Amino acid sequence: MHKKLSTFSVLYKILERDIKVAWRRQSDVMAVFFFFIIAASLFPLGSGADPKLLNAMAPSVLWVTALLSCMLSLSRMYASDYADGTLEQMMLSNQPTVLIVLMKILAHWMLSGLPLVFVAPLIGLQFNLSGAQLQILALSLLMGTLALSLIGSIGATLTLGIRGTGVLIAILVLPLYIPVLVFGAGAVNAVSIGVSPNGALSLLGAVLAMALVFAPLASTAALKIALE
Amino acid sequence: MKNLATKSGFNWLKYASPKTFYPLAGKLIPWCAISAATLIAYGLYIGLLVAPTDFQQGEGYRIIFVHVPAAWFSMFLYLLMALYAGMGLVFNAKLSYLMATAIAPTGAMFTLLALVTGSLWGKPMWGAWWVWDARLTSELILLFLYIGYISLQAAIDDKTRADKASAVLALVGAINVPIIFFSVKWWNTLHQGSSISLTKAPAMAAIMLQGMLIMAIGFWLYSIAVILMRVRCEILERDSKTAMFRQD
Repeated sequence: MHKKLSTFSVLYKILERDIKVAWRRQSDVMAVFFFFIIAASLFPLGSGADPKLLNAMAPSVLWVTALLSCMLSLSRMYASDYADGTLEQMMLSNQPTVLIVLMKILAHWMLSGLPLVFVAPLIGLQFNLSGAQLQILALSLLMGTLALSLIGSIGATLTLGIRGTGVLIAILVLPLYIPVLVFGAGAVNAVSIGVSPNGALSLLGAVLAMALVFAPLASTAALKIALE
Repeated sequence: MKNLATKSGFNWLKYASPKTFYPLAGKLIPWCAISAATLIAYGLYIGLLVAPTDFQQGEGYRIIFVHVPAAWFSMFLYLLMALYAGMGLVFNAKLSYLMATAIAPTGAMFTLLALVTGSLWGKPMWGAWWVWDARLTSELILLFLYIGYISLQAAIDDKTRADKASAVLALVGAINVPIIFFSVKWWNTLHQGSSISLTKAPAMAAIMLQGMLIMAIGFWLYSIAVILMRVRCEILERDSKTAMFRQD
């Protein structure tokens, strides 16, 4: 005898479980976080410490680094659940697979995207960014990293169980990340030149909205193909 | 499905099977190849010898007779590839997947051709081999999308899964193409305006347009010939053990 769970509570349990399982391997989670800090700090060492130059390149440097660190953790999104059969059980459940996929994406974002939103302004200080720029940087990353996790999920599901996945995901996903990069970094650049960032932020929001609709659907289709 | 097909008088599903498609493709290839060679030679003759020298750009502009049709086909073939990929997923038709797989290398080749000819044109006109302008950048990203599709196809050993997974990627890419192009355009616009538009009268001599269209038709026939050859190879590779190809 067991109680029938509502969709909402199942989804909450999946989110909770994914975060818990990922948190058991804290070093993996922290590695992505530290990669972001280390990689971003390398750029001034390569280009010289001219404050003007640093300020000009900060949006692109921080955004590209955020993009890469999100991408580095993509292969973990489904791989361990796929390897031990959990994913198959999840898909056999009576809950819609699209929503299960969405929860896994959300868990990935909370562990790899969200921390960057908080640490990026600190790195931004190293790049001589002003308060207004830092605000927009954090806001654009808040929306953008979720879009990155959503789009990245498509690459992660398409490459499930394939050898040499890491590089392959990069090739598949990076071109799809371009609009997020353009509008995200564009919003911060708009502040730098004294223009309202609202246009770029709205477009970033539009990309996020589209990704929110299409990415879970495409990921579900890819998962079904991988588990056939 | 079978009834529907036979009722319409012509069995249009007949050639959806690799078995019947294989000989048909074999018959089409020489015709397409010969007419492609003739049209491309004629188009180049018009472009290089007949068309007048441009009074602003001099002789250097003549590369557009290759550049513009190549750029058209780089985009057209991507959409065609996505269409076949979508048909494969919807109807679960093996031949559709084979077509999508066969189109990708030709599309990537045209994209590369458009990039190389564009940069050859850019050096005398703009004074630089590469300019980060919207259309060049979009074309470069299109090449990345083709590379993604081809690498995913190559990375998966199970052919059925490779077909389906890369089909999903092609569709995702096709949805993304307009967004990427728009974002890049928003990011930077520096290119000269489009020289052919459907609404305005063309701002070029009729002979130039004629040369370009002949080149485009030549490229089209070339694409068909090469794609059909590749599909035939793929059918042979995958079905070499089935009865239809046994020699004994």
